[in-house]
Amino acid sequence: MIPSLVQQNALVRKTGVFCCPGWWARLFESLRPGLSVRALGLVLSLGAWVLTSCSPLERADLVLHNGPEPETIDPQILTGQADGRIASALFEGLTRFNPTNGTAMPGLASHWEISGDGLTYLFFLRPEARWSTGESIEAKEVVWSWRRAVTPATAADYASQFFCIRNGRAIVNGELRDASQLGAEALDAHTVRVHLENPTPYFLELAASRVFFPIPRRAVERLGDQWIRAEPLPCSGPYQLLSWRVNDRFRLRRNPQYWDAAQVTAERIDILCGDNPSTALNLFLNGEVDLISDRKIIPGELGPELATRPDFHRFDYLGQDFIRFNTTRKPFQDARVRRAVAMALDRSRITARITRMGERPSAAVTPAGTGGYHPSAGLSYDPATARRLLAEAGYPEGRGFPAIEYTFNVGSRIYEQTGVEIQSMLREHLGIRVELRPLEWKTYLAEMSALNYDFIRGSWVGDYDDPMTFLDCFLSDSGNNRTGWKDIRYDRLLQAAAAEADPQRRLGILREAETLLVVEAVPVTGLYSHVGLYAADPRKVGGIWPNRMDEHPFFSMRRIRP
Amino acid sequence: MRPWMARVALIPVLLWVVATLSFFLLRAVPGGPFDRERAPASREVEAALKARYHWDEPLWRQYGRYLGNVMHGDLGPSLKYRNHSVNDLLGQTVPVSLALGGMAFGVAIGLGVPLGVLAALKRGGWADYAAAGLTLVGVCVPVFVLGPLLVLVLGLWLEWFPVALWGSWQNAVLPTLTLGLYFAARVARWMREGMIEVLRSPHVQTARAKGLSETAVILRHVVPVALVPVISYTGPMLADLLTGSFVVENVFQIPGTGAFFINSFFSRDYTMMMGMVLFYSLLLQVLNLFSDLLLRWVDPRVGS
Repeated sequence: MIPSLVQQNALVRKTGVFCCPGWWARLFESLRPGLSVRALGLVLSLGAWVLTSCSPLERADLVLHNGPEPETIDPQILTGQADGRIASALFEGLTRFNPTNGTAMPGLASHWEISGDGLTYLFFLRPEARWSTGESIEAKEVVWSWRRAVTPATAADYASQFFCIRNGRAIVNGELRDASQLGAEALDAHTVRVHLENPTPYFLELAASRVFFPIPRRAVERLGDQWIRAEPLPCSGPYQLLSWRVNDRFRLRRNPQYWDAAQVTAERIDILCGDNPSTALNLFLNGEVDLISDRKIIPGELGPELATRPDFHRFDYLGQDFIRFNTTRKPFQDARVRRAVAMALDRSRITARITRMGERPSAAVTPAGTGGYHPSAGLSYDPATARRLLAEAGYPEGRGFPAIEYTFNVGSRIYEQTGVEIQSMLREHLGIRVELRPLEWKTYLAEMSALNYDFIRGSWVGDYDDPMTFLDCFLSDSGNNRTGWKDIRYDRLLQAAAAEADPQRRLGILREAETLLVVEAVPVTGLYSHVGLYAADPRKVGGIWPNRMDEHPFFSMRRIRP
Repeated sequence: MRPWMARVALIPVLLWVVATLSFFLLRAVPGGPFDRERAPASREVEAALKARYHWDEPLWRQYGRYLGNVMHGDLGPSLKYRNHSVNDLLGQTVPVSLALGGMAFGVAIGLGVPLGVLAALKRGGWADYAAAGLTLVGVCVPVFVLGPLLVLVLGLWLEWFPVALWGSWQNAVLPTLTLGLYFAARVARWMREGMIEVLRSPHVQTARAKGLSETAVILRHVVPVALVPVISYTGPMLADLLTGSFVVENVFQIPGTGAFFINSFFSRDYTMMMGMVLFYSLLLQVLNLFSDLLLRWVDPRVGS
């Protein structure tokens, strides 16, 4: 940290007067003649010197910009995708994501066996799997980690991912107090047996997700909730943590204990944290950042222009924007009114004029192509039928229709302009007057949960590549429903789909459920499917591919040497 | 008791008022730290989370607990950043903001004072007009324009300095200039006005009549007196520099406190917000006291 004398002299030369005690002394002498204030001058120059002499960090082999400072990188606690990205550099699950297409491939488990009914999984851990601190990772630790995740006291928001494992739901809901009842057991040091409630076609992908990562038991027992701050932090992934400075960067070093360390070529990686997209873009443009891994940190208004550059990569992403209707309040109590509004929206106007990134207009809730599924088309744009429906509901030509508000969260030009577009389409086609109600994020969330809105912007990003991750939001008892809509038929269809072992029949049932959701009852109507975007110069960064899951595992990511 | 001692004694009282007001005002705002886009896995999980932060207790008890902890120097856990306490976050970020503010202060004084002196001495000449033009630009161009402009020209086009981040002196140049130039411009204007006024005063004539060299007159008899308005402005200026740096910190992605100014409110991170409010109230009090004392020391007429 302390520079040598030669460096010091160089620094004084470079930084000029502020480091020179004499300059300050003369300044202050002129203030109060006759008094020597050398001491003060010395202090100030010393201050300037200290500031300038912080030895600059050497550039890492690979520098990523990951968006805002993560709320946490504890894999069991985190919920944000950007937060999860950092965790996945440090930890790994029994499976890991294939960097080319986001499907599951062997991770800490070298292979697995699935029973014929799809209900029992045997995972065989690699005997060479180790924490970066040297201890081996054994089956017991995996099971212990999962039990911790489902224990309500851990307060893991993603504990619901364990609902597919036997007793998972009951433990998370507090009906079963004993977490050891979870359907996962260690048969020996390297074998984990998992009993599922239902055949879950996406279970191998779940096993690769953050909340399923085994965590280092000894560190957790020593530090409790704050185990992630352990020094050194035992890591199971391709990298280990060197330093973490808030709002600045995570510095990671290659983990030589990683079972697949031979694939990992970057010695050091910096993950930058900041929330100004223009700054991220500047850093990328002048080469200080090799990869911008999050669409949110790419300036939204430049998106369509940037997407045409060879170093920006666009892909269909597992996310959907939609509108929720408050089904507990007039006028949207009436399904005909909801359907009328859904049919009066020309979604292609929103994607062509506002989002402009090649988003697919869609009146469904599940983005097209999710898990090989073709969602119900939803209600197509049909102003004539919409007007008829509205008349049937007692508002011919919009007469007598109460003043309604469209609520959305501020912070994006897109949400606001979409609001304006919806406003004008409803006035044009249905003669309805809509007020716009922009709300700050937390207020928006609170109002949506409290059903204190008429109709409101909503969106959802899938946790795994299957329609269930979208459709289960609208179960009667789901905390993510937020429309007041409850339909036992819908709940039963999703239950039936979960129990169905035949994949095609299962998707068929899900499609039936979605049709009920977005064509018949319409507590929600889709707007468009998301498009993902990341920035990386293909001549400089290799080993990453666009995929629906937006998963870019660190083990394959590398810097191409010129 | 000297008056400044009374002011020091008043600081804890003021902090208590600020803490109490902000505690209850923040709770009155709709939406809370645990309102999230994804609903918790179950009611039990949600209850466990709230219990961890004593959210399940009545408000008065939370308030009592908070005050008790603050008196022991513990500002509590951050409600957003789950692996950091407020003390930890402030400890990591305050030095950075102080460094940036301090350097910008150096620019403000080091550039503003000489510029003001020069302008006053060459009144009506080209130097005066040049200085006036510069200060006008400095005062008028807002930080969020100046910052990106400097980045574009000196960072992206000329590639003299890094466009963002913090870690070496090169990183500090653009943000320091961005933050300091506005204040340098204001200091220059204050200084020029002060100089012109003092140059007209009788004691300067006396000094000249005694046969002192013009340099000595200016340095010993004009500048010190002309500095008085500048010094009385240093307290508020330092406060502005230290609190007003969040735009600059955001533009240059500097890991200072700036990010928390706005974000901790938007994320309803009550404890972080309170920590910021308390810290900056304390800082403002101390800075104002400091500038008063400095003024008294430079100009013995003040307060006597």
